[in-house]
Amino acid sequence: MTLQEKKQQIIDDFSLYDEWLDKYEYLIELGKSLPPYPEEKKTDDRLIKGCQSRVWLDAQMSGGLLEFSADSDAVITRGIICLLISVYSGRTPAEILSDDFSFLETIGLKENLSPTRANGLLSMIQTIRNKASENV
Amino acid sequence: MNIQQLRAQFPQLGRIVYGKPLVYLDNAATSLRPRTVIDKWTDISSNRTANLHRAVHLTAVEATEEYEHTRQDVARFINAPSSSEIVFTSGATHALNLLAFGIGEAFINQGDEIIVSEAEHHSNLVPWQMLCKRKGAVLKRLTVDDNGHLNIHLLPSLITPATKVVAVAHISNVLGLVNPIPEIARICKSSGVLLVVDGAQGIVHQTVDVQQLGCDFYAFSGHKMYASPGTGVLWGRKELLEALPPMFGGGEMIDSVSWESSTYAPVPRKFEAGTQNISGTPTLSPAIDLMHEMQPADDVEEYIYETLTSEPGIRLYGTTDNLRQKAPVFSFTVEGAHHEDLALILDKMGVALRSGQMCAEPLMDRFGVTGMLRASFAPYNTMSEAEFFVSSLRKAIKMLK
Repeated sequence: MTLQEKKQQIIDDFSLYDEWLDKYEYLIELGKSLPPYPEEKKTDDRLIKGCQSRVWLDAQMSGGLLEFSADSDAVITRGIICLLISVYSGRTPAEILSDDFSFLETIGLKENLSPTRANGLLSMIQTIRNKASENV
Repeated sequence: MNIQQLRAQFPQLGRIVYGKPLVYLDNAATSLRPRTVIDKWTDISSNRTANLHRAVHLTAVEATEEYEHTRQDVARFINAPSSSEIVFTSGATHALNLLAFGIGEAFINQGDEIIVSEAEHHSNLVPWQMLCKRKGAVLKRLTVDDNGHLNIHLLPSLITPATKVVAVAHISNVLGLVNPIPEIARICKSSGVLLVVDGAQGIVHQTVDVQQLGCDFYAFSGHKMYASPGTGVLWGRKELLEALPPMFGGGEMIDSVSWESSTYAPVPRKFEAGTQNISGTPTLSPAIDLMHEMQPADDVEEYIYETLTSEPGIRLYGTTDNLRQKAPVFSFTVEGAHHEDLALILDKMGVALRSGQMCAEPLMDRFGVTGMLRASFAPYNTMSEAEFFVSSLRKAIKMLK
């Protein structure tokens, strides 16, 4: 699935829910499905600043593609991480850098988070973009 | 005044969020504003705006009268011996900072000791850390036990001849427990140590009589006691306030100024540099009037306390056999559910409460948690709101399990 198709799929999934509580249920389910993240990679240099919950993000280049893995101690944040990874993991750095990350606004995620959580989301996006820049 | 009449005073209690009535349980951070406070602010802003104390024109006289009248109301409210012991500030944080600065300059030398409890809000910790760094003084910790009570029995042995200050909250903003200030004051007095009390929560939930408490300084904010944000009070014994140098210079705090040096106005104006909160500070008066009419909701407090201490998987911090010694401030963690997830879900259910470190990171470390959830109640919170909070919390926990 291309990056565009994947984003559209998430937008379509979110449009099924009218209530924000249902959207949270969906994010919680996604959060629980996030693959395990190795304990030894929960290091300070992988910790993302600006979140009330703790978020670790690791990036590896493999065959010209960036592979992301991440974890958080809060499950809704894990759900958001899961969305980001499903869209941006396995893409080339150039592809990531050409994207404007606006699908998060389309699904209303940014506006519906508390300010601290929204800052955390912006930090996650910035970290993903930085990892892409470092690997162009 | 019954609770429905009281609720009618607070416009924000009619607020709808996400299509649901707002249940506001973040009162320990900021209380809501009653109409009388909003009206006072609006009246001064609309009709009586002028700078204080200096000008001879009528609006300036009226603005000054409002401001000085409030100083007398505050003095009566906390039973201060004189209204000249009431310093207006922008809040408790401002009050504690100007105090730590003044005490530091007047009384602290290298090697002196300052004792702070580990249950303090950062506003009653960081200014003392800054002072210790500036003066080469030593910060010592008064610990709390597993139930959140101060280990008062350790205080006499913590105090040495080098100890100059003890700084504690009247009521911890996390634990909600009422600290035994008169007992601490006796210990401090017998050793010649100054006692500074952060009253940000205490002023809301206790009848404060500074003479009976026996402390030397008492600081609080207006925004937690239904007055305008950006208002606050530092009370101090007059001879001590007179001994402290001001932190800020300029504006109304001077007596006379020459090119070489200045003399300062008498207390309290020595500490009130710059243009004051002309519209905000006088709102303390209607806030005090309303507080005299408020009844603490003991049944709500008992219900929440019983629920949070008996619910499986929930740990409440700050427990006691005597609920009269606890304010309706409930900080807790839920096994297997992150505080931020719970707060986010509860928000969407219409329940506003606080999550995170509550400006008390050392206390979070003490209990080995990265954060807590805090529900804090005001007299305008009803039993049905409390029940709605409990059922919403149970639903949120279920969603996360």
